[in-house]
Amino acid sequence: MLKIKVKILIVICLFLFNSTVQAKSPSELIVGIVDEASSILSSNSTDDEKISKLNEIADNNVDIKGIGFYTLGKFKKNINSDEQDRYADLFRKYFLKSFSSRLVTYTDPKINVISEKVVNEKYTIVNSVLVATEKRPEVKIDWRVYTKNPDKPLIRDLIVEGLSLARTQKEEFKSVIQNNNNDINALFKTLEDFINK
Amino acid sequence: MKKYLLLLFLSFLITFNAHSSSDGTIEMSKKSNGEVKDCFESLNRGIFAFNQALDTLIIEPIAKGYRYLPKPVRNGTSNALNNISLVVTIPNNILQGDIKVAGKNSARFILNSTIGILGFFDPATKIGLNDYVKEDWGQTLGTWGFGEGCYIVLPILGPSTLRDASASLVNYVGGNAWYNVTVDEDTHYFSDFDYYASRGLTGVDFRAKNIESFDNLEANSLDFYASVKSLYIQDRRKKIFNSDEIVETLDDSDWEEIDN
Repeated sequence: MLKIKVKILIVICLFLFNSTVQAKSPSELIVGIVDEASSILSSNSTDDEKISKLNEIADNNVDIKGIGFYTLGKFKKNINSDEQDRYADLFRKYFLKSFSSRLVTYTDPKINVISEKVVNEKYTIVNSVLVATEKRPEVKIDWRVYTKNPDKPLIRDLIVEGLSLARTQKEEFKSVIQNNNNDINALFKTLEDFINK
Repeated sequence: MKKYLLLLFLSFLITFNAHSSSDGTIEMSKKSNGEVKDCFESLNRGIFAFNQALDTLIIEPIAKGYRYLPKPVRNGTSNALNNISLVVTIPNNILQGDIKVAGKNSARFILNSTIGILGFFDPATKIGLNDYVKEDWGQTLGTWGFGEGCYIVLPILGPSTLRDASASLVNYVGGNAWYNVTVDEDTHYFSDFDYYASRGLTGVDFRAKNIESFDNLEANSLDFYASVKSLYIQDRRKKIFNSDEIVETLDDSDWEEIDN
């Protein structure tokens, strides 16, 4: 009986130790992503292969569903659950296409993580800089990391030179809906057009 | 006479569109995430389309050509344009109560205009007078608690708000020493051409630094007009707060609805 208890204790200890080791700090998360993305972008892979690998990174480390519903703002309340599911699916496809096509043009971006600031138990801002090149100046990039589950921090926003991409997207979506008599289907159609272009 | 008319127009716009409060900073904080109305959206979108065509046909090609200049020449041009902007920044530092910053910027202006040969070189940064941040009349009004008023798009000049556009008129009624010595011919050393060339070069320099960002944004936008509007308003608010700290310019309440 004692042996069984000891074994259970060992298993629990191993589990706890393992989860402590695996939990990444927000800065470690960003450093890991940046290194991985950088090696993909500087590789000799085709653009399609690069896009597929970048999408995998985004799928694992970005709260795409959360950003999607944040971006929908007040209109989320006006749509039923089927429409919410449809929106979540379209948004994911739109996000991944937009995310990877933005990145794939950079051949070897160098991003240095500078510091992090814990805003509250749910958010940490990781500060980094995109190193200057011959063509463009240095760019400050802050990553808004959602840390409600400390074992699985997720990126919720990129803040480039103080400008939030999620907020910009939210206002863009709002404009599309409002300019089409508040019809959510107009946003669905615009997202589909973007995904299929 | 022209100056009086401009002043009258300025006071009309400010009175009509924005309201001062007893505590500007606090009011600004309260309003910081508020919506800026697009009162003239149809007209704005028309002017935006015109500006885009102008950009495609003239400004972007010039900006691309400008990039072929050697880097020291581009850096020198940027430095000289920044130096000219100090004549507007310094009085606004004072009006915003940043006396220490005004002193630092004055030292910067004197040093770069003389040893730095009309601002082409930047010895001030080398001796630690760095972190230069431009200020303008619109930012000062924002700091004092004036709201943005409606969003507008100006032909050629691009996005603005009624507050910022009307405040910029101060430049033409004595508030911009560079304008005074060029267009107003307070001295005979400069001409109108110098002023308008500096304005044009500022636009080209900015555009050249952001060619990829603009292309990327346009390619990935569902509504490019709305994206530019959002980015402009966020940028102005960030500048008025004089802070890169996102926690101060974007509060968490925006996200709470999806967490609950």
